[in-house]
Amino acid sequence: MAASATDGGGVKPLPLLSIGATPSPLVRSGLQVSSLLIPLLLWTVISALELVDGKFLPSPAAVLESLASMAREGILFQDIVASTGRVFAGFFLATLVAVPLGICMGVYPAICALCEPLIAMLRYMPAAAFIPLLIIYLGIGEEPKIALIFLGTVYFNVLMVMDAVKFVPKELIETTLTLGGRGRQVLVQVVARYSLPSIIDTLRINIATSWNLVVVAELVAAEVGLGKRIQLAQRFFRTDQIFAELIVLGLIGFAIDMGFRLLLRLSCRWAL
Amino acid sequence: MELQVRHLSKTFGSGQHRKEVLRDISFALRSGEFLSLVGSSGSGKSTILRLIAGLEQPSSGQVLVDGQAVQGPGPDRGMVFQKYSLYPWLSAAENVAFGMRLQGLPQRDIKERTAYFLEVVGLQDAARKLPRELSGGMQQRVAIARTLATNPKVLLLDEPFGALDLQIREAMQDFLLQLWQRTGLTVLLITHDVEEALVLAQRVHVLAPHPGRIVSTVEVDLDKSDLNQLRLSAAFLEKRRTLAGVLRQLEPALV
Ligand SMILES: Nc1ncnc2c1ncn2[C@@H]1O[C@H](COP(=O)(O)OP(=O)(O)OP(=O)(O)O)[C@@H](O)[C@H]1O
Ligand SMILES: [Mg+2]
Repeated sequence: MAASATDGGGVKPLPLLSIGATPSPLVRSGLQVSSLLIPLLLWTVISALELVDGKFLPSPAAVLESLASMAREGILFQDIVASTGRVFAGFFLATLVAVPLGICMGVYPAICALCEPLIAMLRYMPAAAFIPLLIIYLGIGEEPKIALIFLGTVYFNVLMVMDAVKFVPKELIETTLTLGGRGRQVLVQVVARYSLPSIIDTLRINIATSWNLVVVAELVAAEVGLGKRIQLAQRFFRTDQIFAELIVLGLIGFAIDMGFRLLLRLSCRWAL
Repeated sequence: MELQVRHLSKTFGSGQHRKEVLRDISFALRSGEFLSLVGSSGSGKSTILRLIAGLEQPSSGQVLVDGQAVQGPGPDRGMVFQKYSLYPWLSAAENVAFGMRLQGLPQRDIKERTAYFLEVVGLQDAARKLPRELSGGMQQRVAIARTLATNPKVLLLDEPFGALDLQIREAMQDFLLQLWQRTGLTVLLITHDVEEALVLAQRVHVLAPHPGRIVSTVEVDLDKSDLNQLRLSAAFLEKRRTLAGVLRQLEPALV
């Protein structure tokens, strides 16, 4: 299969790995499917040939079976609801704070000077290190988990939104002022609107972190949740369950990613 | 309406980074006039326009509109930049409507005026297109329509055709001249293109660089009924040569 679109008389197609080569849609889809299929195939072969002890590497069939039984018992649904609920709550709060703050920091150098040093430092304090403190302050219910996700994502969101805002052309802001626009109108109708695609992309990238944190939080103290289930499975040496939960985590993350991409495509057609 | 620029000076920075950009600029512009400022790159043209627009504050001197000192940006002084000034998420019509929306005009007026000004710039058929679907010349026409729609007393143009290629630039000059003749606008055009200034303006101030100051003024009393003919006429070419010579003399270090 050729790498470039046109394959006319005597012109050699670009090899796939030359810079600037775009594979044809068919080749592209093929590569994308292989990306998932090859590891799956390897896994199937390795466990079928029993190259690794099945206790350590459960077969795809065993994992599927364990997934099905957890789904039947309702555990799976319960775990998914618990974990996604925490992620969305924490990340939503972080977004609520980060977007307005990031925009203001990007637009007003004074606010930036006031906040950036502190945020730059807080960002380097690993969120997980706050868990003991959060438990002391907030107990072991949902609050510390949501707070952990908030702390672990808010700083990155602020800084990345701030950077996105700096790409708003100065001309666009000044045009708005000469058209009679006032401070709030400029911030909301121009700066935020122009940065919306980058802001959505920022959220898409940073929400991955909150999945990390929710699992960490559940390992420490939780009744239900995907992370909690993994910990329980370890106690009973149920590697099939661990695999199943990992795959579910990956799939949910993937779905959220696609959701953000869809949102971007629907709301920011002009930027694509 | 009268725009008065009085002893305007502007210095950026301080200490070692101090840079005197404009020194004692004075001129006036009355309703219906078309004035141009020409100067080489870095002579402070944009800075003058930004001071008039209220986007910068003068170090000394002042800008008066009808006797009132300019304090900040406002829709009585409409500005069109060289580029990047259309809202990329809005269609041509929505761009034109945007300024009126900011000012809270009634929905019906906005609709009417948008249609009217799109027609004035000849873009009624492109109303629903996004900026990126328009050519550079069309984009600038939308920007002009958007500014006109907010009913400014004076139109400030900062090299509005500088990013366009020659043919389109000439077409846009024809367009702007006709617009001015038809509507009785008041225009202040900034350009480094001597020909553009002479084709369009009634009066041209020449700006010398480092620091920027007005060193001469040319009255343009040419017959502007046919611009293509004008561009080739002896009288025009003569004026153009003289003006270009003046500008070149101000910039001896370039060769
Ligand atoms: N905000 C600022 N801070 C410091 N210096 C500035 C600032 N704005 C402009 N200058 C300086 O002032 C001088 C004049 O700039 P200005 O943009 O007015 O020139 P111009 O005549 O419009 O040039 P061009 O034809 O390239 O657009 C330049 O040397 C520029 O570096
Ligand atoms: Mg300039």
